[in-house]
Amino acid sequence: MLQQERIDLELDENLLRKVSVDGEIYIVNAEGMYYRELNRVLRVLCRSGAKKLEIQGVCGQRYIGTDLDSTMQIVLHGTPGNDLGAFMNGPQISVHGNVQDACGNTMNEGLIVVHGCSGDLTGHSMRGGKIFIRDGVGYRVGVHMKEYQNKKPALVIGGVVQDFFAEYMAGGVAVVLGLDMGVSPKCTARFVGTGMHGGVIYTRGEIFKLGKGLKIAKAGKRDIRVIETLVREFCGYFGNSFSEIMCKQFYKITPVSKRPYEKLYT
Amino acid sequence: MERDERRCIRCKVCVNQCTYETHYYDSEEDVIRSKDENCVNCQRCVTFCPTHTIVIRKNTNVNRENVNWTAEAVRDLKKQAESGAVILTGMGCDKPHFTYWDRLLLNASQVTNPSIDPLREPMEIRTYLGAKPDKVELETEGSRLLLRTVLAPQLCIETPIMFSAMSYGAVSLNVHKALARAATECGTYFNTGEGGLDQSLYKYGKHTIVQVASGRFGVHPKYLDAGAAIEIKIGQGAKPGIGGHLPGEKVTKNVSKTRMIPIGSDALSPAPQHDIYSIEDLRQLIYALKEATSYSKPISVKIAAVHNVAAIASGMVRAGADIIALDGVRGSTGAAPKVIRDNVGIPIELAIAQVDQRLRDEGIRNRASIVASGGIRSSADVVKAIALGADAVYVATAALVAMGCTVCQKCYTGKCPWGIATSDAWISKRLNPDIAAERLVNLLVGWSLEIKDMMGGMGINAIESLRGNRLALRGVGLTETELKILGVKMAGD
Repeated sequence: MLQQERIDLELDENLLRKVSVDGEIYIVNAEGMYYRELNRVLRVLCRSGAKKLEIQGVCGQRYIGTDLDSTMQIVLHGTPGNDLGAFMNGPQISVHGNVQDACGNTMNEGLIVVHGCSGDLTGHSMRGGKIFIRDGVGYRVGVHMKEYQNKKPALVIGGVVQDFFAEYMAGGVAVVLGLDMGVSPKCTARFVGTGMHGGVIYTRGEIFKLGKGLKIAKAGKRDIRVIETLVREFCGYFGNSFSEIMCKQFYKITPVSKRPYEKLYT
Repeated sequence: MERDERRCIRCKVCVNQCTYETHYYDSEEDVIRSKDENCVNCQRCVTFCPTHTIVIRKNTNVNRENVNWTAEAVRDLKKQAESGAVILTGMGCDKPHFTYWDRLLLNASQVTNPSIDPLREPMEIRTYLGAKPDKVELETEGSRLLLRTVLAPQLCIETPIMFSAMSYGAVSLNVHKALARAATECGTYFNTGEGGLDQSLYKYGKHTIVQVASGRFGVHPKYLDAGAAIEIKIGQGAKPGIGGHLPGEKVTKNVSKTRMIPIGSDALSPAPQHDIYSIEDLRQLIYALKEATSYSKPISVKIAAVHNVAAIASGMVRAGADIIALDGVRGSTGAAPKVIRDNVGIPIELAIAQVDQRLRDEGIRNRASIVASGGIRSSADVVKAIALGADAVYVATAALVAMGCTVCQKCYTGKCPWGIATSDAWISKRLNPDIAAERLVNLLVGWSLEIKDMMGGMGINAIESLRGNRLALRGVGLTETELKILGVKMAGD
């Protein structure tokens, strides 16, 4: 009850009316709420010890998941706005709907699962954590992903990607399954992996026309192990058939040089 | 390299101090010799030679030059013909044609109003940076007046000078240490640059501005929380519109830690921030950072001064920037392509005047503070910048010179013989952070005294009265258009 009192103290009545409790799950009705109010409510709930949140009626609110405690589990219904989980450091977000641009922007740790598609800039500059997108994504996805020590971000995309995918990629793993490609053998994305100098892209089938300075090879045994782990997790979230996904040949795209611009300057 | 053999005692200090391997000891003949072609004229050996043996003279044996085909132009051409590469350089633009400070003169009181003696009378140079409200609402409670308006977060600086962004990796940790200590002691701020902040310096967070740039190096929640303000770096004066490449060899163990990238990997900062392609996108990142820090810190946005800077600045203010940092064409850098450094951007003086005027005309000047940088060399430049419309200035080169830099412009090699622009652990030790901090404090104290003196001379006792006060300035040797853009009258007028 102490927790309830803290929430009462920090939120005014209008906002409080939007929050209900079901066991240990706090349910927030986000309908008609401005993002600043919604995120304030989330922060207050987080501070007062809530571990599980369900947000209903999400409609374009930005920055959900930013500045929340690392152990939070959040389920979203609706369409969250830009920068979902920007700078995020741990929470686990599951979205029942599509997400807009820059989901997981500069994310450090945590999990985002999207039961739908995602806009431009998904996983921009992410350093850690995992993002699973059931369907396709927009432009400039995975730009400048990087890794550090035990932080190795993973971005798994069920559908296809658009231009500039994994540009300047410096680390981490990006997997493009292309499940919605139908009979077309190639993805139309241009400039994939330009300036890439670290990390790896795995594709199901040889679907990309590559940018400069990249090499492609069939995925080896060790690669397959990495892919399998991620695909198994993917299937766990979205109910796809693991064997159906894995039956096709996977390819591995890596930079030719870790220092593509070494000779650019004098 | 001229060496007076009669003075040389073969102590080899020059051999040990030169990081470019200019000097070497010939043991067979017991003599020290030089490879003149390696010398960058940093004066390290000259300073350290105990017997004043060494004199470095400009080599007159260069290609025949004329006004158009200078020795520098010819040398660069030859270098490129050999390498097919982009020519790098360090520090700010070294060409003479951009400086307006020297053509602006300050006013002083004579007869009609008294000047003020800052040694005897209070002189206010404290400045608050951040968004100011359009109006304040007050409430009386008994005899007390209460402020009802919620104020936006502010940075309080005791002197209108801050240390500009220099990233760890481009400069050594000892430089960051010295800047942090000096900023703390002087009640001002130092800017981390885009390379993150070493854990050991988090304790100076109250006097730190943390930067978020296109590479997002070292940006994580703790880092954002550590600083007193966050700066989004869109561009810098030395290289507007292009990104940065910190070569892998400069990413040592410690640099790797703060940048949060593997040791030895290239740190490539893309040219744009890929999540900012418009003013609306800028607003999105500004508010993402505000959300990430619970609206507790002002957000600064730094741009290079370019054409249309006034319109861009207006958009930045409307996007929610609390502080606008403008960096002029003479702004310095650790490494930039020479063509970009010397040819792209506009002088900071014109940018300040135009941005200040535009924001005033639109009635939004109160919504953001202006911080100017790019070639501020003295307290006079600071006063002129403020009179043109800035709230405060950033200095970088001046601070480095205070620490020991001799402006040899070879920062990009990472071999700075003064231990400043390097991430090499051995060379970095040459800079003593305690002494460097003390020298920085001295610089700020000296400049502050001079600023007060100049203000007092004009009969002004608070820096607010100087801000945007262009009547305090007069121009010499300027065309009518230049005077109009600067918003100042001709001297004598």
